[in-house]
Amino acid sequence: MANVFTRIGDWVTERAPNMMPTYRKHMSEYYAPKNFNFWYYFGSLALLVLVNQIVTGIFLTMFYKPGAATAFDSVEYIMRDVDWGWLIRYMHSTGASMFFLVVYLHMFRGLMYGSYKKPRELVWLLGMLIFLALMAEGFMGYVLPWGNMSFWGAKVIISLFGAIPWIGDTLVQWIMGDYNPADATLNRFFALHVIALPLVLLLLVVLHIAALHEVGSNNPDGVEIKKKKGTDGKPLDGIPFHPYYTVKDLFGVGFFLILCAFIIFFQPTLGGWFLEPDNFIPANELVTPAEIKPVWYFTPFYAILRVIPSKGLGVLAMFASIVLLFLVPWLDRGAVKSIRYRGRGFKVALGLFAITFLLFGAIGAGKSAEWIPAIFGANADVSGIEMHFGWFLLAIYFGFFAFLYVYTAFGYEKTKPVPDRVTTHA
Amino acid sequence: MANEGVDHGRRRFLTATTAVVGGVGVATAAVPFIKSWEPSARAKNAGAPVLADISKVEPGQRISVKWRGQPVWIVNRTPALLATLPQVKDRLRDPDSKVADQQPQYAQNETRSIKPEWLVVIGICTHLGCSPEFVPEIKPEPFDPEWKGGFFCPCHKSRYDIAGRVFQGVPAPMNLVVPPYQFVNDKQILIGVGPGEKV
Repeated sequence: MANVFTRIGDWVTERAPNMMPTYRKHMSEYYAPKNFNFWYYFGSLALLVLVNQIVTGIFLTMFYKPGAATAFDSVEYIMRDVDWGWLIRYMHSTGASMFFLVVYLHMFRGLMYGSYKKPRELVWLLGMLIFLALMAEGFMGYVLPWGNMSFWGAKVIISLFGAIPWIGDTLVQWIMGDYNPADATLNRFFALHVIALPLVLLLLVVLHIAALHEVGSNNPDGVEIKKKKGTDGKPLDGIPFHPYYTVKDLFGVGFFLILCAFIIFFQPTLGGWFLEPDNFIPANELVTPAEIKPVWYFTPFYAILRVIPSKGLGVLAMFASIVLLFLVPWLDRGAVKSIRYRGRGFKVALGLFAITFLLFGAIGAGKSAEWIPAIFGANADVSGIEMHFGWFLLAIYFGFFAFLYVYTAFGYEKTKPVPDRVTTHA
Repeated sequence: MANEGVDHGRRRFLTATTAVVGGVGVATAAVPFIKSWEPSARAKNAGAPVLADISKVEPGQRISVKWRGQPVWIVNRTPALLATLPQVKDRLRDPDSKVADQQPQYAQNETRSIKPEWLVVIGICTHLGCSPEFVPEIKPEPFDPEWKGGFFCPCHKSRYDIAGRVFQGVPAPMNLVVPPYQFVNDKQILIGVGPGEKV
C-alpha cells in the first residue's frame, strides 16, 4: 500500500513540484519556538472555530430563508422541525461568541508578548483587519434571524453612519435600501454574511498565516529564535510545528470542545449573553426592546458610544478605539518585546487597559443599571454615575496608547535584560 | 539589447492612459452595483403618503401610524399640556426649533405643529433610533423630578417635552423629527406631504 501512496505522491510532485515544499514550509519544517505556553492555543482555536462557522453556516443556509417575512419562521423551523437543526444552529451561534472569545485572548497575547513588534507589524495589521471583518460578519449574522433585537440592533448600528457629515443620511438609506431596516437590508446582509465577508475573511486568514510564517512566531520570552541556529541551520530553540504543536494544539482543541459542548447542550443562550431574549421575539419596527444592547463581544465598543453624550463624538471615539489598536506597533517604541522583561509601567498599564475593556463590556451590556443602585443605593443617579465613571474609563483606555508612546519613546521604561535563548521551566 | 531604442516616455504615456481608461471603465461598471443598493421602486412605492383618521383621538391620547416603516405619533394635546411648553423652555437644547432639518417650516413654531393641539412627530429617538415612551402625566418621574409630560427614551434615557423638543444633558442631539403632513379635513391627516403640496 505504501508503494501506491508513494507513487501517487511522486506523480503529484512531478506535475506540481512546489506542493510538498509548501507543506514542509508551513507544517513539518515550520520551526516554532519550543516555549509556547497556554496563550498560544488561541490562534489555532480561532482557525478551528472558523471551520466550524463555515461548515455549520453552509448547512444553515440550506434551511434558512432570507427575507423579512420568512427569516424568523425559518430559524424556528430549523430549531423545531429540521432533524438536528437545533444543534447546527446552536453550534453556529455559540461558535460566533467563541470566535470572539479566542480572538480577544489571541490579541491580548499579542499585546503581552509584543508580537506586534518588528518584524511582525504586518502580521498584526492583517490580524486587525481580520478582527474588523469578523465584527462586520458577526453583526450581519446577528441580523439574519430577524428577531426584535436583530432589527433594532441593525437600526442603531446603521444609524451610526448618519453621524458622518453631509452624506450621512443618504449613506444610511443606501445601506438599508429602504427608509428603515427592511427586507432589502436583510437580503443584502445575508449575501454579505454568507459569501462576501467569508471570502474576505479566508483570504485575510491565509495572508495572516503566510505573513507569520515569513518571519516566524514570537514567543513568551520575545526572543528571536532565528538568531541562534545549530550547525544544521535550524533554530536551536525551534521545534517543527508538526508533530509537536499539532499535538499540543489537539490537547487544547479537546478541552475547548468540551467547553463548547457544555454551552451548546446545556446553556445555548448563556443566560442571554450569547443569544438575547429579545431576539426570540419577531422583529417589530414599532416596539423597541426595553434595552437595546449588542451581543457581549460588541459591548465594550458600544459602551464608549454610550457614555459620550454627543452622537458625533461618540461615534468618533468608538472608531478611534479600534483604529488606535492598528497603530500599536508604531506607538510602542520599546525594544523589549515580552512583558516578562518590560518595565513595571507597561505591566500596570496593560493590566488597567484589560480591566477597562472588561468594565466597558459590562457597561455596554447594561450591567451598570444593576450595579450602581447596589453600590450607591436605590436613589442613585444611574445614568449620571455611569457617564462619569465612563469618562474615567475613557481616560484610561485612550491614556493607555498615549502612555505607551511616551513611556517608550522618551526612555522612561526600565527593562530587564532579555536572555539570549528562550527560557524553559522544565 | 532588446530594450535599445525604446521610447520610455511613450511607453509611460501609453501605460498611464491605458490605466486611466481602464479605471474609468471599472468606475462606470461599478455604478449599477452601487445604485442597486438604493431603495427600489417597490420600497419607494411603499413609502407613499399615509392617511390617518384622528376623529377618535381624545384629548391627552396618542395614536401611532406607520409611515415608511417608522412610527408617526399623532398626539391630541390638552390645554394643560400646551401650557407646559413655555415652562420647560430654559431646560431644552433647541427650544425654538432652530435646527431646520428637524421640522418643515410650517411646524417651526412654539408648538411645533400646524394646529396647536395636534402634534405630529416621528417616534424615533434622534440619538440612535429607539422608539421613546409616551409619558403624558404632569408629575415627578424617576428620570425627572420636574416632569411636565413628554417622551422618554428607555435606551439611553433621552427626554423630550410634549412638543418633541429634546432636553439638555441627554444623549439625543436634536428634537424629534416632524414629518411633512397636512390636514385633509378636521378628521384626517395625510402624512408624507405638506400643506398645499401634491401627492
